Amino acid sequence: MAHEQHNYLNHQKGIWSWLTTLDHKRIGIMYFVAIMSFFFLGGVFALLVRAELFTPGKTLFSADVYNRMMTYHGAIMVFMVIVPGIPAIFGNFVLPIMIGAKDVAFPRLNLMSWYMLMIGAMITGSTLFMQNVDTGWTFYTPYSSIKTGMGVIPMVLGVFIIGFSSILTGLNFIVTTHKLRAPGMTMNRIPLMVWALYSTAILQVLATPVLAITLLLLIAEKALGVGIFDPQLGGDPVLFQHFFWFYSHPAVYIMILPAMGVISELVATYSRKVIFGYTAIAYSSLAIAGVSFLVWGHHMFVSGQSEFAGILFSFITMLVGVPTAIKLFNWISTMYKGSIRLDAPMLFAIGFMFLFTIGGLTGVYLASTGMDVHFHDTYFVVAHFHYVMVGGTLMALMGALIYWFPKVTGKIYSDLLGRIAWVFIFTGFNVTFFPQFILGNMGMPRRYYDYLPTFTELNQMSTFGSWLIGTGFLVGLFGVFHALLKGKEAGNNPFGGKTLEWTIPSPPPHENFDKTPVISGGPYEYR
Amino acid sequence: MSTANHTGGFHHAHHFNSLEHQYDTSKQGIWLFLVTEILMFGGLFVAYAIYHSLYPQVFHAGSKQLSVVLGAVNTVVLLFSSFTMALGINYVQRGMKNKAIIALAVTIACAAIFMVVKFFEYTHKFHVGTVPGKYAYTEELSASGEKVTKVGALLAEANKLSVAEREHKLHLDETEYEHLTLLEKTKNWPLFFGFYFVMSGIHGLHVLAGAFLIFWVLLKVIKNQVGPEYYTPVEGVGLFWHVVDLIWIYLFPLLYLVG
Repeated sequence: MAHEQHNYLNHQKGIWSWLTTLDHKRIGIMYFVAIMSFFFLGGVFALLVRAELFTPGKTLFSADVYNRMMTYHGAIMVFMVIVPGIPAIFGNFVLPIMIGAKDVAFPRLNLMSWYMLMIGAMITGSTLFMQNVDTGWTFYTPYSSIKTGMGVIPMVLGVFIIGFSSILTGLNFIVTTHKLRAPGMTMNRIPLMVWALYSTAILQVLATPVLAITLLLLIAEKALGVGIFDPQLGGDPVLFQHFFWFYSHPAVYIMILPAMGVISELVATYSRKVIFGYTAIAYSSLAIAGVSFLVWGHHMFVSGQSEFAGILFSFITMLVGVPTAIKLFNWISTMYKGSIRLDAPMLFAIGFMFLFTIGGLTGVYLASTGMDVHFHDTYFVVAHFHYVMVGGTLMALMGALIYWFPKVTGKIYSDLLGRIAWVFIFTGFNVTFFPQFILGNMGMPRRYYDYLPTFTELNQMSTFGSWLIGTGFLVGLFGVFHALLKGKEAGNNPFGGKTLEWTIPSPPPHENFDKTPVISGGPYEYR
Repeated sequence: MSTANHTGGFHHAHHFNSLEHQYDTSKQGIWLFLVTEILMFGGLFVAYAIYHSLYPQVFHAGSKQLSVVLGAVNTVVLLFSSFTMALGINYVQRGMKNKAIIALAVTIACAAIFMVVKFFEYTHKFHVGTVPGKYAYTEELSASGEKVTKVGALLAEANKLSVAEREHKLHLDETEYEHLTLLEKTKNWPLFFGFYFVMSGIHGLHVLAGAFLIFWVLLKVIKNQVGPEYYTPVEGVGLFWHVVDLIWIYLFPLLYLVG
């Protein structure tokens, strides 16, 4: 390869060229920097929350400060890290390349999405220094609308703007997938990562507007007292929950579907086998997206909704398990008799399957109306959704980072550092959250500042685990700098991937492809 | 973009094959965005439907207070503006620049008329105290310990006056006096005005945004940046304007006519 080859990184120079770039690859990197900073902040809040829970009663902070930290941890992690995470960073980078396009359909809109995330994050973050918010990330009424301070308004406004960013990214991805595929790239030949991002984008476009109106109504409720959620004025607080979960349940799949796309790529590449059941995996993404709209009521089993609604929501909730299991079994079938290489990304993929399965199976407990009465709002729920969202999304995020790092930067991420990070994150994760299942079953409520002395040991174990996770992610971060400074030159295709991004140089040229590729077969043609 | 390809004076961005390809893509993007707009208002309509079924009397008494005449005027204004917008697109497509400018300018004028009418409607509501939620109540408590609404306070004052004096001093004609009396008898009536102000307010913001966007394409027409070969922004803004109109067509009967 020629020295000083022309690529998207040296195509233009200077910070200004980055801030005004319309290149999807650069925008992906800008998302990476931004979202990782949010992740760091949210992670620090997580560690502080866990530290406070090391002993019963007051350990480090007052109950007030604890409530705020818990709120910021949740809001930052959900709205600024896990929801945008994989689509905005890796989706932006690889989606156009994977379908043989030169860019996303609307490059300006893409840049605008990034700025909206920044503006939203700044408005939300500004409440840290003004009036603090202690509602939890769900902003449940009537507490958020009547009781607590006015800081809820900027907080929610920031989230509203972030939602806009999410809608625009999703819209861009849908149109890109529809309109910019290379000749011969039929919908049944697009890589599974693209299928996953496409399904996610549909969810982003269809669910987020409902969150938008919910948040606007909350702002109106707070500022004008319109009375829609305030029982004193004739309103109904449960309506807020219906609206909120109509978005936020599909949002769980906005978080997890892209992760599943990543896992499909990793499993195929590191097993060196044709992916088993391509269409099943592809369409199960759409199925998950579709069913996810019909399950929000399982968040309200104890809210006094009708028994019939409870049974129906319980049934449909369990139905989501079917397309999810289809994916899992197809990944395992792909690995069967494959030449598996246990490189760091594959370890993260296997970690994903392990943790996500635990998260999914405990979800069945919570989907059962009777069991849910026992587990509702206990640490069992906390453990469940951390297994699904963190164990799922963040494992995939780390896997994706190490897998595509050579493509993005031209340097190879140290496999050893990746494995060390994996050991810390994987064990730390289980040490942190497995005890929480037991705590929940014993009756420790979620969100609480204080707990009974009987719960002390399990809580301490959990806090200890959180330090391990923290260490793991710090190792992961160190790996990024290490690879940038000392990483080996990657070459076009260091891992033997079969999708289009591995056919172009690393880092890719400014317009991705010198000659538009013509596709004549499926995405994973291993022999 | 730095690299652009030319077809008949207008160019398409580097990642498209042709101007047509770019047009198709943009159009799909705009339609998808409009879907999100409809869904966002959909949430409001769902909430409206729920509370309408819970408190039909609140919506009956509340809608009586709205001026059907002003609402109908605004409906006609918006419908007409949709017509002129469509004309504007048509003229741009056919390269009739001057007519396009007039059509788009008339559309903006209609948006302005709509907002002015809204302004008078809103200020009148502030005047009589038919405002949302907690702001509909005064600080005082009645003899029975209940909160007093601003409408209640106004009516108490009006009851002391003759019909002519009401008209003169309080700007209350007899019909409005009756409607307010009906309203005051209905429990939780400020809820209706919560819906009224939120729904018409968010719609009003869309009218402002639409007018701004039409102004933007008007400038493009003047500067010859759009024409028969390339009119995507004009058409996109036009579609947005039709949706703004469409939403009002639902809002008008739901808010003004249900009573």
